[in-house]
Amino acid sequence: MKSDIISVEGISKMYRLGEISTGTLSHDLNRWWNRIRGKQDPFESLAEANLRHTKGQSDYVWSLKDVSFSVAEGEVFGIVGKNGAGKSTLLKILSKITKPSKGCIKLDGRVASLLEVGTGFHPDLSGRENVFLNGAILGMRKHEIKSRFDEIVDFSGIERYIDTPVKRYSSGMYVRLAFAVAAHLQPEILIIDEVLAVGDAEFQKKCLGKMQDVSRRQGRTVLFVSHNIVAVKNLCNRVMLLEHGQSRLIGSVDKVLEEYQASEKDQEQGVRHNPPVDTACSFLEWYLEDQSAADRHSCFTRENFTIVFLLRSREVLPNCELNLRISLEDSSTVLFANSKDFGGQTFTLHPGDYQLRFHLNLPVSKGRYNIEAGLFCQEWVDIWRSSTRLSVLDTFEGPDREREGILNIRTQFSLQTLSRPIEIDQL
Amino acid sequence: MNSNALKRTWREIITPQNNIFSLNLKEIWHYRDLLFILVRRDILAVYKQTILGPLWFFLQPLLTTITFVIVFARVGKMYSSDLPPILFYLSGLVLWSYFSECILRTSTFFKDNNPILSKVYFPRLIVPLSLILTNLVKLSIQLAVFIMVYLYFVITSSSVAPNVYALLFPLLIALIAGLGLGAGMIISSMTTRYKDLSHLTTFGVQLLMFVSPVIFPMSNYINSKYKLLIMANPMTGIIEAFRYGFLGKSHGFFSWGLLGYDALCVIAFLFLGILSFNAVEKTFIDSI
Repeated sequence: MKSDIISVEGISKMYRLGEISTGTLSHDLNRWWNRIRGKQDPFESLAEANLRHTKGQSDYVWSLKDVSFSVAEGEVFGIVGKNGAGKSTLLKILSKITKPSKGCIKLDGRVASLLEVGTGFHPDLSGRENVFLNGAILGMRKHEIKSRFDEIVDFSGIERYIDTPVKRYSSGMYVRLAFAVAAHLQPEILIIDEVLAVGDAEFQKKCLGKMQDVSRRQGRTVLFVSHNIVAVKNLCNRVMLLEHGQSRLIGSVDKVLEEYQASEKDQEQGVRHNPPVDTACSFLEWYLEDQSAADRHSCFTRENFTIVFLLRSREVLPNCELNLRISLEDSSTVLFANSKDFGGQTFTLHPGDYQLRFHLNLPVSKGRYNIEAGLFCQEWVDIWRSSTRLSVLDTFEGPDREREGILNIRTQFSLQTLSRPIEIDQL
Repeated sequence: MNSNALKRTWREIITPQNNIFSLNLKEIWHYRDLLFILVRRDILAVYKQTILGPLWFFLQPLLTTITFVIVFARVGKMYSSDLPPILFYLSGLVLWSYFSECILRTSTFFKDNNPILSKVYFPRLIVPLSLILTNLVKLSIQLAVFIMVYLYFVITSSSVAPNVYALLFPLLIALIAGLGLGAGMIISSMTTRYKDLSHLTTFGVQLLMFVSPVIFPMSNYINSKYKLLIMANPMTGIIEAFRYGFLGKSHGFFSWGLLGYDALCVIAFLFLGILSFNAVEKTFIDSI
């Protein structure tokens, strides 16, 4: 078993909200007075959990509260959570940009953090000069940068512009060069914050590939924070779900991602809210057809119907497999279907919009079911679990009462009188 | 397994506590390349896209000196020495501008470098050190101007009498650098929380110049009630010692006592600077 390389023990971070104004000095004096008497910070007990929507009583909030986890050497550890869940704060503490209010972190290796690409790039300096500047800021020695310079330029693919000031670069070129520098860092621990949200799909793929390479082949530890579920699923071994500054769940990728997606509320009505625009292909909307229920997201049990997914492809994707998962509210899967099942096929997508049709019937009890579509082309391209649920309605052909069990198959009972009594051994 | 974990030594432990006396020189040494790359960046970036380029480093002190000569010596008639006024003002201004640049640039460095400092960790002390070094490069260019003007007057004027005390010059520069760094760090640490101070700094440094022998020689104050006030300014002893060595014993004021006082000031400022710097270094990003 590999040993832990990062151990985070009860990390908390308190922030003060609102403007820093006249209150600052008096609070500081109060705090200082308590500290020299060896007492606790008086404002800590006032601080509240970090809930964005409700207006709190206190000016102080816990941006992180008692978060603990550990990461083993060579592991890719993902951190997911909604905006304001404390992901960035956690990364800032891990990368020593700010210190925690409580708790401690133990690290056993050189850390390089990439909270942004191109940190410290100076617009007036050339690409070459910026590679050295950026590399040095990220903790590389000059001779290290020199020895990898050709590799870096090669990876970025902008040899031609290397002596041009970076302010003349397109934003794509800028990001390419910046990521190339970061990708050639050689720390034991690499901390990455959603930097992949930039650049075109091809370059993103290259970045993901590089990160996989870093963890799997070079055996480095990676901490990866992202909204991008696909990237998390493709990269990570374990994931932590942060919610309101607290660690809600740490576990396998599938388990945590299901929990994360289930926590989103249904405001979608089958239309995807903020679909990713930087993936090769994304699902946009789903609805039902050929069903007898009036609602576009409802059907009757056992009837034949069609689930329609609208999707948009931005690239040529050969031999795609399409997947459909239908699951219960507790996320246990009822059905997992793949387009190759039952002698089915794979599809080739070209840039454009498509309609994907699943033909099926659902002989299940009435209720609301999660519905999730996935597109796989060598790796996961897009996975979408809609927050709109599929409602299965009962046909009420039998007596009107609550049924138990998942299946609702047409059954028939008959009773016959036996001519001979059943022999029972009486001992 | 568990006892193993307890015994293990971690390379780094992050805790809420500050170690306010530590300088972490080992880490700074590791980042020394960054220090020089930052200096290079600042020098290059200043004159990129300007027509005169590095000439500006020459022109700046010359133009100010000429202004001072016109305002104070010609129009104001407040200059009464046999020393060519251009040498007098230039010597004072070159040293003073190094001091004021060091203190002003250092005092705002948290704010100026916020985009970098909020995204990546490196020993924060690297930035003020790079500013001191950048200004040292500018100073040496300006000193070259001074030396040229100086050599001209050494040859043509009999009133300039250099002596062995001129050799103290590296020490004087080191004292100014320490003073600028120390005071700048104190101010920068305090402005992260109390922003009002940044308005005071520019004004304060300007005011301080009038309480120094940049405009009037120390000899003007010998019998004045402001003498102690002027002497209390640690820059006074340094500028006067510089003039004493380069321009002649009658054109400056030198005492080991005053220089010792200046050195004590530098040590005190540096000590307080490091203390206050370490106190905010790890949290300033939350309040800036």
